[in-house]
Amino acid sequence: MTEQYLNFLDHLAKSPYFISDGGIGTYLQSHGLEPGDSPEKLNLTQPTVIRQMAKSFFDAGSDMVLTNSFGGNKFMLKKYGVESQLHEINREAASLGRMAAGENQWVIGSIGPSGEFLQPLGNVSHEEMYDAFAAQAQALEEGGANGILVETMTSLDEITIAIDAIHKSTALPILATMTFDKGPRGYFSMMGVTPDQTVTALSNTNVAVLGANCGNGIDQMTEIFELLRRTSSKPILIHSNAGIPKIVGKEVVYNEEPEYMAEYFISLIERGAKIVGGCCGVTPKHIEMLRDLLDKKGLC
Amino acid sequence: MPITNKGLLEELTHISKQDELQHITKMLEKTDALMQQVSYALICGDNETVDRLTKQALDENYEANTILDDGLIAGMAIVGIKFRDNIIFVPEVLISARAMKAGMAHLEPILSASDIPPLGIVIMGTVKGDLHDIGKNLCIMMLRGAGFVVHDLGVDTKPEEFIEAIEEQEASLIGMSALLTTTMPNMGRTIEAFEEAGIRDAVKVMVGGAPVTQDFADEMGADGYGKDAIDCVDIAKELLNLK
Ligand code: B12
Repeated sequence: MTEQYLNFLDHLAKSPYFISDGGIGTYLQSHGLEPGDSPEKLNLTQPTVIRQMAKSFFDAGSDMVLTNSFGGNKFMLKKYGVESQLHEINREAASLGRMAAGENQWVIGSIGPSGEFLQPLGNVSHEEMYDAFAAQAQALEEGGANGILVETMTSLDEITIAIDAIHKSTALPILATMTFDKGPRGYFSMMGVTPDQTVTALSNTNVAVLGANCGNGIDQMTEIFELLRRTSSKPILIHSNAGIPKIVGKEVVYNEEPEYMAEYFISLIERGAKIVGGCCGVTPKHIEMLRDLLDKKGLC
Repeated sequence: MPITNKGLLEELTHISKQDELQHITKMLEKTDALMQQVSYALICGDNETVDRLTKQALDENYEANTILDDGLIAGMAIVGIKFRDNIIFVPEVLISARAMKAGMAHLEPILSASDIPPLGIVIMGTVKGDLHDIGKNLCIMMLRGAGFVVHDLGVDTKPEEFIEAIEEQEASLIGMSALLTTTMPNMGRTIEAFEEAGIRDAVKVMVGGAPVTQDFADEMGADGYGKDAIDCVDIAKELLNLK
């Protein structure tokens, strides 16, 4: 095992918990990114903004930040016509994060869904999906990422292919999250996967940490945490939205305030969540508030 | 006629809302054994059976419209309810949509070749920044089934692309779809772009997609809102004064 592997996981194991970062897409939209445009392009065109974003979260108290590479797989980049720059986009994502990081601050490569369906439902073969995730993971590793988070997944096939690809093509520790929606019959991913099924499927894979992100505000994420915890023997990560986006006038707003979320985050930590942080709508202010409260409570 | 298809009877047990159950039961009671088989095959996503039975029904001189309404749309109505109620998920919906397409492949040429001129020309697209197209594609299938000519602009459709298409196709109706709260405002922006281009009055605009509501549609100045694909056809007819 490499240094990076030991470093990140060792520190994680030694710490009672890690604070992660917030929503990258929403941060960038409030810094000039057009909704719907490719955030990942900014790694090459606006590197200062990306480095500053990581720095803002570290300054606010994050132990780890994610890289700006959520949609950095070849399928998503192709939709924006920048597929040929896949390697640079992902390498820079990690390297810009590293530039902002100090000692004991970690940069975790984000890998989001391919946006495609596997055969026979869709057109993409197992092999093509594997290769796509492997290529993205290698570029993130080259840029200096300390680990990879496979996130916002909804299909067990896709998440296990991604984990397998990252495990075989890099030496990085792997974290993995699914996204669940609350429906009339409980929590399911859009492909119909429950938190229980997720734990079962991931417990035999090479993930060091599993969990859930996006799609919900923090009260529902707390419910999902409880479902995962019932059966998981692996450490759990929760990345919560600051609520469900609402339209107010012409603005899209996420209305869960830093104070409100911090209480829940702390409760998650007290119940045993290993990594907590935000997704869409969670800002450096939220992280700062959380860190302040934790310090006040002496929970560090 | 009673519902004789065992599979369909079993499907009805999944419908928990009484009014919906009554509505669908009434709809199915008007259909015969072959149409019930088509519905059931569509719900199961059995592409080949839908394909084969649709052909068979046409050979037996069923009206294309009957097959569409009694077979395909009746089945799709149940699929929609099962999806909403977490009984099935996106994969099953996609597979049923594919089966619907297999049936439509036989019906469309007949529906569009009949002496009746098209009901209208519609342009459909998912708005800028949004890549969701499953719901929009269902709407398109239903619109075509109902006799509209539909030009599909696909996903991530920029206002300029809508405007270009309106001018090229001489369309009278635009349908926009959005599934993300963050891209919903792009519907309003697209309407503003129509105004700036001086073509707002030349077209009617309908909108839809899960996060869109009637209120939001009114606020952005759309002419109509539809909650599902069946609604979409109704709204389209209404907006073009075909009702
Ligand atoms: C399938 C899906 C995807 C697929 C899309 C595949 C495809 N080719 O369409 C993929 C995986 C690519 C995807 C990606 C994302 N998704 Co998505 N996705 C969904 C999901 C599960 C189902 C949507 C769907 O197809 N529904 C089925 C169809 C039949 O219903 P429908 O679209 O509502 O359409 C019906 C009606 O609304 C109406 N209608 C639709 N359009 C129109 C138009 C007109 C004119 C009319 C009259 C009617 C009408 O008729 C249709 C038929 O009845 C929903 C969650 C859910 N359970 O709804 C999330 C959801 C929409 N996705 C969501 C998110 C956040 C995303 C991502 C940002 C995730 C991510 N972080 O990567 C990306 C965004 C990519 C992008 N830029 O668009 C969120 C949106 C939250 C919000 N409100 O903003 C949802 C709600 C999930 C959640 N709870 O978080 N997604």
